[in-house]
Amino acid sequence: MSAEPLVRISDLNFSYDDRPILNGIDMTFPRGKVIAIMGGSGCGKTTLLRLIGGQLRPSSGAVEVNGRVVHEMGHEALYAMRRRMGMLFQFGALFTDVSVYENVAFQMREHTDLPEELIRDLVMMKLNAVGLRGAHALMPNELSGGMARRVALARAIALDPMLMMYDEPFTGLDPLSLGVIGQLIRRLNDALGATSVMVTHDIHESMLIVDYIYFMSAGRVVAEGTPEELKASRDPFVHQFLYAEADGPVPFHYPAGDFAADLLRGDARG
Amino acid sequence: MASPRDLLAAIGARATDRIWRLGFAARFFCMLLVYSGQTFLRPRLLLREIWFSGVLSLVIILVSGLFVGLVLGLQGYETLQRFGSSEALGILVALSLVRELGPVVAGLLFASRAGSAVTAEIGLMKATEQLKAMDMMAVNPLARVAAPRFWGGVISMPLLAALFSMMGVFGGYLIGVVFIGVDEGAFWSQMQASVDFREDVLNGVIKSFVFGVAVSLIAVFEGYDSVPTAEGVSRAITRTVVTSALAILALDFVLTSFMFRSL
Repeated sequence: MSAEPLVRISDLNFSYDDRPILNGIDMTFPRGKVIAIMGGSGCGKTTLLRLIGGQLRPSSGAVEVNGRVVHEMGHEALYAMRRRMGMLFQFGALFTDVSVYENVAFQMREHTDLPEELIRDLVMMKLNAVGLRGAHALMPNELSGGMARRVALARAIALDPMLMMYDEPFTGLDPLSLGVIGQLIRRLNDALGATSVMVTHDIHESMLIVDYIYFMSAGRVVAEGTPEELKASRDPFVHQFLYAEADGPVPFHYPAGDFAADLLRGDARG
Repeated sequence: MASPRDLLAAIGARATDRIWRLGFAARFFCMLLVYSGQTFLRPRLLLREIWFSGVLSLVIILVSGLFVGLVLGLQGYETLQRFGSSEALGILVALSLVRELGPVVAGLLFASRAGSAVTAEIGLMKATEQLKAMDMMAVNPLARVAAPRFWGGVISMPLLAALFSMMGVFGGYLIGVVFIGVDEGAFWSQMQASVDFREDVLNGVIKSFVFGVAVSLIAVFEGYDSVPTAEGVSRAITRTVVTSALAILALDFVLTSFMFRSL
């Protein structure tokens, strides 16, 4: 295995219109590792994933995947790279008009000329890996939230990606499904020899399965380290986040003017 | 109270916004054409869309066509018999349907039945991140989702308009010949003699093709451009139906004034 990291993000800046989202992000994802990016809602985590996948262009700085700068790639090269990436969306994003089987077979049919028997075997293997071989004939609307997430996971690993990206994989799951998804992410990463990056705010589940964590706040990396290092950290931000304290370096209130003045003025809507 | 200047600025902003959207739609149309090749290389995708847009619209098109024909038969006979020319009923029914009512009414029905469904489907795919997921799987959603739906509509529309006209003529025949007793030979022979293939039928087909392009483009674009929320998708569906109706009526006027210049 090459020592060169799979993903290198250097001095990455991104703004929507004039609103800065990411400010000078530096990250490195070594091959074979599971990395978590954590932070409160709206801190730019998902935007970061979209920049890695080339769905957005940075304002400045660069994301390199496998030695190539993503935003400098042409359409063909970008699509060639994405064939080697898998992404699990927050709520699965399964194609609702086709069955579980067809969802998993989608990329195989689109990108390969494999015969139907081979596609069938591969789909069943992928579904077996997430424990849902028996559900291959179901439609997405017949699945529970956790099952849908697992099918989406099987679909994301359909072409054995080198990089897996997970956008809030634990959102809205019951504790049992949450544990199952967490273990699957780790196991599949190791079995595929892939590298995984996971955007999440679920501390406890992530701590169990990841190798390295980046904490983000307001578009910056504010802390990073292995789970053990972060547990021992005295950094106030890390402490607030790990122990879910309502107020701290991340303020409870959205920036606003004086409360009393607002009440007296009575025109908060405008 | 808004000042006249604010009002003017608001009107200006709305107008600019519309012009921008028109530009986006034009660019979208060009992209759609560029990515259409795959649609014709994969006939199964296209057939699926013809099924959804065309075949599933058959009931409303055929039933409406029949009723429009029945009403035309009644009204036409009522007027023509005053002048003692009730045999001309066949001409009146056929020309009204083939030239105008067939393409226009079928287009309006097609926009409400199939256009709205296409917008809703694409809008919901966008809202549930299916389009983004497809793009991340290196499959272009324009080529895989938008283009087949567009061409499915473009191909279905002239066929539906033709079926609408056919049912309308049958409705006129039912009322005129079967119920009222207009001479059957006169009904058909006058129709045959007066309806010109190039002048009437072909122009009607061209109209329905143009309406098909307009409605399908509006439906696909509105879905693709919708705000990915429940409210956003519902607004996009409304816009599809309203804009398609206005586009059909405006295009019909323009096309008619070019096609039937002797009038």
